[in-house]
Amino acid sequence: MSQPSALSTNGLSRRKFMAGTVSAAAAAPLLASRAEAATPVAAEPKLRQPVVTSLRINEQPYELSLDTRTSLLDALRDHAGLTGTKKGCDHGQCGACTVLVDGKRVLSCLSFAVMNEGKDITTVEGLASSDGKLHPMQQAFIDHDAFQCGYCTPGQILSAIGCVNEGHAESENDIREYMSGNICRCAAYPNIVAAILQARDETKGA
Amino acid sequence: MRPFVYEQPADISAAVAIASRFTTNDDQPTRANAQFIAGGTNLADYMKLGVAEPNRLLDLNRLKESGLRQIRVTDDGIRFGALVRMGEAADHAEVKRRYPVIADSLRLAASGQIRNMASLAGNILQRTRCEYFRETSWQCNKRVPGSGCAAMEGFNRQHAVLGGSDACIATYHGDFAQALIALDAVVHAEGSRGARSIPFAKLHRQPGDTPHIETDLAADEIITAIAVPAVPWARRSLYLKIRDRESYAFALASAAVALDLDGETVREARIALGGVATVPWRAGAAEQSLQGKKLDETSAEAAADAAFAQAQPRQHNAFKIELGKRTLVRALLETRDMKA
Repeated sequence: MSQPSALSTNGLSRRKFMAGTVSAAAAAPLLASRAEAATPVAAEPKLRQPVVTSLRINEQPYELSLDTRTSLLDALRDHAGLTGTKKGCDHGQCGACTVLVDGKRVLSCLSFAVMNEGKDITTVEGLASSDGKLHPMQQAFIDHDAFQCGYCTPGQILSAIGCVNEGHAESENDIREYMSGNICRCAAYPNIVAAILQARDETKGA
Repeated sequence: MRPFVYEQPADISAAVAIASRFTTNDDQPTRANAQFIAGGTNLADYMKLGVAEPNRLLDLNRLKESGLRQIRVTDDGIRFGALVRMGEAADHAEVKRRYPVIADSLRLAASGQIRNMASLAGNILQRTRCEYFRETSWQCNKRVPGSGCAAMEGFNRQHAVLGGSDACIATYHGDFAQALIALDAVVHAEGSRGARSIPFAKLHRQPGDTPHIETDLAADEIITAIAVPAVPWARRSLYLKIRDRESYAFALASAAVALDLDGETVREARIALGGVATVPWRAGAAEQSLQGKKLDETSAEAAADAAFAQAQPRQHNAFKIELGKRTLVRALLETRDMKA
């Protein structure tokens, strides 16, 4: 299994250099004017220079050295080793890549990872509690047989949690409308709606 | 995707300064080396497809000005900060109460996830979904000026019947913009030449001979807010969207309607049409045809005829004229019957 890791490619990243300069200034107030003179000119960012990006994924800190072009989806799968989040269309048309960022459901394929610096990311790997007990939405998907092939399921589950949290799961029609961004090629839709109704009722007030 | 430098300017003036350093006055915002990104739902997609090729992205999400993230309701109307997300505006109680047409247009757009990501300013600037624009192997005057338009003789079922030219018939697919143009919204922008206000109807440009020029904005200009004037009778308003599937699809035809009624007689009507035109489309002739008339099926049909009098169909999209008319008639009658 993958572990949170520092993957900075160069010995001293710009971020670490900046952080070091700032803490040195704080620790030595007498040298403040010298430190100030040294800090304002940040190195001009360069093309193809990896950017060290700090993410909190499922409550674990990660520091990833990424090409700016890396989507949050590819950062999760290929750099953090969390392959539960699925790549479907990679163009924001299917919802398979849905994750929660700071508690809100988003499409990780349409978000550059570097834009998520400092954010809290929740993927399907982070839903079960540490004793292995499934999240009520995961259990509801099993109870209602809300999938066949399962490829869209992580995205469906994260989107469903977001949908309930937003208060957009008041009725079956609401659920169908507000879950329309998650396509299921196996057409398990009636079962998905039933699963969301069950999990909604179980998590209300929780 | 072309490699790009990523920057997070701290405030609007810093963002403008960087953009102005890496662009020229002649650059179109959509073709400039340095481009702004907020939600990224449109730009990231087009960068993956090779349609947009900035080599520098300026992330606006860390700008410190808090007004960019606020919805303010005042006696003068409502002011949406540019970085407010679509979902937030769609769920806003006062937006729903005062301007149902705005809330509807946002709620019926995209998906829950995309509405959580997409900023309001980014949404109004979203680029066409024309298949020949999206796929770079085709000729496209909007993507490569002067290269020709594959849609003219191609599969143009999705394309515009209003506001097109011999160079381009790509549809403007946005929904929110139809509500804004109907309500006489104003866009506030800041750039290296200062701050200015742009009437919403002047923001987008019809393709004409220069379809690559999509808006009135300069490459270093940032939309900071969208202001909608107080229109008390806009409580009687709605957005009707017709598409190939019930949800999560672009409009084939849509109508934004707001009515000021005296009994069943129209004092003033506001009408905009989506899915059928190259830009957000105010249907002025239809509005005038209703003024002072009793709103019934006959007058609604006459208004719809007026709205599409100048329509120019191509091989596969003639159905949009009839569909657009019926959409407008239904929207007018449903708006009339609203309890407002």
